[in-house]
Amino acid sequence: MTAAPAPDSALVDLRHVSLTYRVGGEETLALADATLGIAKGEFIAVVGPSGCGKSTLMKLVTGLLPPSSGEVWVRGQKVTGPIKGVGMAFQNATLMPWRTTRDNILLPLEIVEPHKRQFRRKRTEYAERADRLLASVGLGGFGDRYPWQLSGGMQQRSNLCRALIHEPEIMMLDEPFGALDAFTREELWGIMQKLWMERRFTAVLVTHDLREAVYLADTVYVMSRRPGRMVMVKRIDIARPRTLETTFEPHFVDIVHELRERIHQEHA
Amino acid sequence: MTAGTERVLRIAMPWLATAGLLIIWELVCVVCNIPALSSVCSIPEIILPRPTRIFEVILLRWDILLEFCLQTLWTTALGFLIAIAGGLVLGLAIGASPFVYSGLYPLLIAFNAIPKVAIVPILMIWVGVGATPAIITAFVISFFPIVVNVATGLATIEPEMRDVLRSLGATRTEILTKVGIPRAMPYLFASLKVAITLAFIGSVISETVGGNRGIGFLMLSAGARNDAPTTFAGLFAIAVMGVLMYALCALVEKRMTRWAFRGELVT
Ligand SMILES: Nc1ncnc2c1ncn2[C@@H]1O[C@H](COP(=O)(O)OP(=O)(O)OP(=O)(O)O)[C@@H](O)[C@H]1O
Ligand SMILES: [Mg+2]
Repeated sequence: MTAAPAPDSALVDLRHVSLTYRVGGEETLALADATLGIAKGEFIAVVGPSGCGKSTLMKLVTGLLPPSSGEVWVRGQKVTGPIKGVGMAFQNATLMPWRTTRDNILLPLEIVEPHKRQFRRKRTEYAERADRLLASVGLGGFGDRYPWQLSGGMQQRSNLCRALIHEPEIMMLDEPFGALDAFTREELWGIMQKLWMERRFTAVLVTHDLREAVYLADTVYVMSRRPGRMVMVKRIDIARPRTLETTFEPHFVDIVHELRERIHQEHA
Repeated sequence: MTAGTERVLRIAMPWLATAGLLIIWELVCVVCNIPALSSVCSIPEIILPRPTRIFEVILLRWDILLEFCLQTLWTTALGFLIAIAGGLVLGLAIGASPFVYSGLYPLLIAFNAIPKVAIVPILMIWVGVGATPAIITAFVISFFPIVVNVATGLATIEPEMRDVLRSLGATRTEILTKVGIPRAMPYLFASLKVAITLAFIGSVISETVGGNRGIGFLMLSAGARNDAPTTFAGLFAIAVMGVLMYALCALVEKRMTRWAFRGELVT
């Protein structure tokens, strides 16, 4: 295995992490011996076959699940419970049906300090921020709608806004563009890249789309079939900002091909 | 059928059905009591009075009926309100904590299995006759469905929803107030419709066993005098109050938890 060099300065550091789900008497080894380091400000993408443990990996990094073995370190501290300062967009948009879309997006500000303290006082300011964010993903004017009045793709975009609003240091994105059409998706790649270049948060993106992974990430990790292992690490040495034109350049296409080959081996 | 007539018909249906039932009842009583048929059948008024006779009694004795209705209504409503407050608190506690759940749930079930008629005499020893045992009986009988529903609402929170809050660093209290309580609200309001009718049963039982006022007492004393029309008038009064309170609860439910119906039921 070509393990990623885990620098001492790594913000997120997974050391031989594995996870077994136990439901009743049944055991599922979802993730096996994952070792990887993510530097501060790095954008990584994780690709792999369905059910290989990508969502599980996300939950391990954020401390939502305790590893069965191995250790997870974030900011030099061992993770024992949910860590703070994370923006998380789950695979299925978990918006609250009793809140309007705007109030859903404001949720992190009601919980995360220092916004929590100022929430009442700065409410209108925050609401404007939410509306601006909504507009940037093409949902301007939808703040007053309820999530169940939105389409699946619109819900996913709102979900993304909720992960971004409190400007977290670490972003966990679990197939955030999964339910979107190709055009909107490519548009959001651009928005995501712009946001990342402005704020330089550390991001983990799970995706099925290899072009998306190469477009957005500094490093792409390929996982094997269940139980998931890291079988390949690919640094993407393409200068930013990357554009849709970039995705047609030979070097970009070559990288996508290389990744695809490796994943095909998994399906063989 | 056009949409307009269909809507009118849908609103008219419950009234038509009620009227139909009363007419059939009236006809059966009238036909069976025709003197020529007396060898075949007869329904004496003391067994089943005609609806028109019942309405006559209602008009004749409306002052006492109204007074006793209000008595039953306020004891029921008070017991019901206490049940909502208590049920909400206990339901939240049970739903939020596995320890409280495993400790109290069997006890609650055991308590719910006790016929409430059995506790009224005990209550009377403790607090005497009158309004207090009626309030308490209405409370204990309507308490259980509220607790169970609120606890169910909390226990069935989607794990993903909880994870969203946990990953933001929310405390347990925050998870409870931001997800738990809103999530439990539709369950609470759904249970209120059941609970209010149960509360009526509770207060009337108590008035029947040991009251000196209220519809239950009225029915019992009328029954003792073989005054069947008055007993039935009491029954009608309870039914009407039950339906009205149910409708009130249903209205509150619709208002408070529009999201749970995804807007569909809001017409
Ligand atoms: N809560 C759970 N209980 C039991 N098994 C689970 C649970 N969650 C996931 N699994 C199992 O763990 C394995 C990995 O699941 P995971 O959700 O991490 O896959 P994934 O890589 O995100 O897949 P996809 O690309 O389809 O989203 C799967 O085989 C799944 O059946
Ligand atoms: Mg997944």
